[in-house]
Amino acid sequence: MINPHRGDFPLLVKNPGLHYLDSAATSQKPRAVLDAMRDYYEHDNANPHRGAYALSGRATDRYLSARERVARFVGAADADCLVFTRGTTESLNLVATAWGRANVTEGDEIIVTALDHHANFVPWQQLAKGCGARFLVCPLTNEQHIDLAALRSMVGPRTKVVAFSHVSNAVGTVNPVREIAAIARSVGALVVCDGAQGVPHLPVAFDSLDVDFYAFSGHKMCGPMGIGGLVGRREILEAMPPYQFGGDMIEFVRDDHSTWNVLPHKFEAGTPNVADAVGLAAACDYLDAIGMENVLSHERALVRLASERLAAIDGVKIYGPPAAERSGVVSFTVRDIHPHDLATIFDEDGVCIRAGHHCAQPLMRRLGVAATARASFYVYSDESDVEALVRALARAQALFAQD
Amino acid sequence: MSDLQELYQSIILDHNRRPKNYGALDDATVRRQDRNPACGDEILLEIKVDHDVITDVKFTSEGCAVSRASASIMTQAIKGKSRDEVEQLFRQFHELVTGKVKPTPQEARDYGEMAAFSGVSRFPIRVKCASMAWHSLQAALRESAPV
Ligand SMILES: Cc1ncc(COP(=O)(O)O)c(C=O)c1O
Repeated sequence: MINPHRGDFPLLVKNPGLHYLDSAATSQKPRAVLDAMRDYYEHDNANPHRGAYALSGRATDRYLSARERVARFVGAADADCLVFTRGTTESLNLVATAWGRANVTEGDEIIVTALDHHANFVPWQQLAKGCGARFLVCPLTNEQHIDLAALRSMVGPRTKVVAFSHVSNAVGTVNPVREIAAIARSVGALVVCDGAQGVPHLPVAFDSLDVDFYAFSGHKMCGPMGIGGLVGRREILEAMPPYQFGGDMIEFVRDDHSTWNVLPHKFEAGTPNVADAVGLAAACDYLDAIGMENVLSHERALVRLASERLAAIDGVKIYGPPAAERSGVVSFTVRDIHPHDLATIFDEDGVCIRAGHHCAQPLMRRLGVAATARASFYVYSDESDVEALVRALARAQALFAQD
Repeated sequence: MSDLQELYQSIILDHNRRPKNYGALDDATVRRQDRNPACGDEILLEIKVDHDVITDVKFTSEGCAVSRASASIMTQAIKGKSRDEVEQLFRQFHELVTGKVKPTPQEARDYGEMAAFSGVSRFPIRVKCASMAWHSLQAALRESAPV
């Protein structure tokens, strides 16, 4: 059956033979998102907050309502606690830099996990190096779940930060956010969750997750590239210093000191990215119309199907937890064929997969592989994509089996 | 032949499965390890240079079929060659994989097994896989250049 949502995505409509299985890297964009951005530029574009004229007021309103829309989507009742950023990477750097430098000192401990993307690993590693803190990596179980028993034994009175991902982009593990948060809270540590693969693929309610910060990227959830968000607790955001300085984020600028604007502006220096915020809000409308529970079950079904089909092929090894517990990715290797060779061969059949370390080198080292092949699914994927994947794999094996 | 069959010719698949000169060279005079951070491929080249001539070479690598086969064929091609001859070979190889020259079947004979890499030019993102060993070699020889 052809997926009914496929027709909403101009790129997929223009490329009927394409099997786009790299949505964990970035999703395709529905027409509604592209139209919303175009509409903003054609009707309401001006620099928000600054002009004393109606058009600037309209731009300001669109930016404001985009923030409210996106905050609602991630379950944050207080929209001022959603800071727009360039994406997950910038959100996590913001926390590690602004909160981290003000609160982490020599001898403190920062804990990340072996599952984390470099974006939630390196900023903390560098913070630790800079201030003389200890940087600890929480190990995983054999099925690439975060080892909660190990985490419990690692946290202590000096633990200042526990950073982890909601969902692994490399192997699809869905982590028990509240349980991890409770472990971190037991020692009073800051709880930072990388939601880059959470928000696009499952219902997220920030207010009931019990984390202090939650980061995500618009481009992985049908929105444009160049925008994402950081949701934080009001009291923490208010207490911490700004990340960048400049226009919009200030209140008063004296010759010898300055004071800061209120939330969220304090963390949004410079002209904001209104058009992309508008596009991201439209993406939230689009996903809500489908329903995030439906997105989740649709992807689960495809992950299960793909995992079953691939596992039945001789020489295929699949990484991560059992399919029923995984979010929209299937990470695998094939005996005697390197993932990059697979990607090239698949590409000839229009099957786009990712091959490499998925920005998770610490995880790859622990898996004992340099690279895996990864197929990832989204709202527009369907069984025909899985069939194409399996066909392409058979073709690769036949090609490599020849003498 | 399809583009894919041309890329994954049996010579390339053979060298990938059973690479030549694979392993350690204990009396190497130059060693060089390189890594491609974008894809994680790694190569360790161990070379014995006597005056101006490469008398022996071995490698170990982690990577795709194209990069491993290229390293294997390269080690065969450069043994007994002078630095200048190696530079010349690299130039030829580079023209081949980037599609700057398209040898006729006759001309292809001059390239020896290197000719098997002509199929790479249709896959621009794989040129770096094919060239990795050569870039390592070039850097190693420059490092060890007599002053
Ligand atoms: C789990 C995870 N964290 C962080 C990131 C970084 O996101 P971005 O590149 O959009 O900043 C990604 C995506 O690449 C991801 O999958």
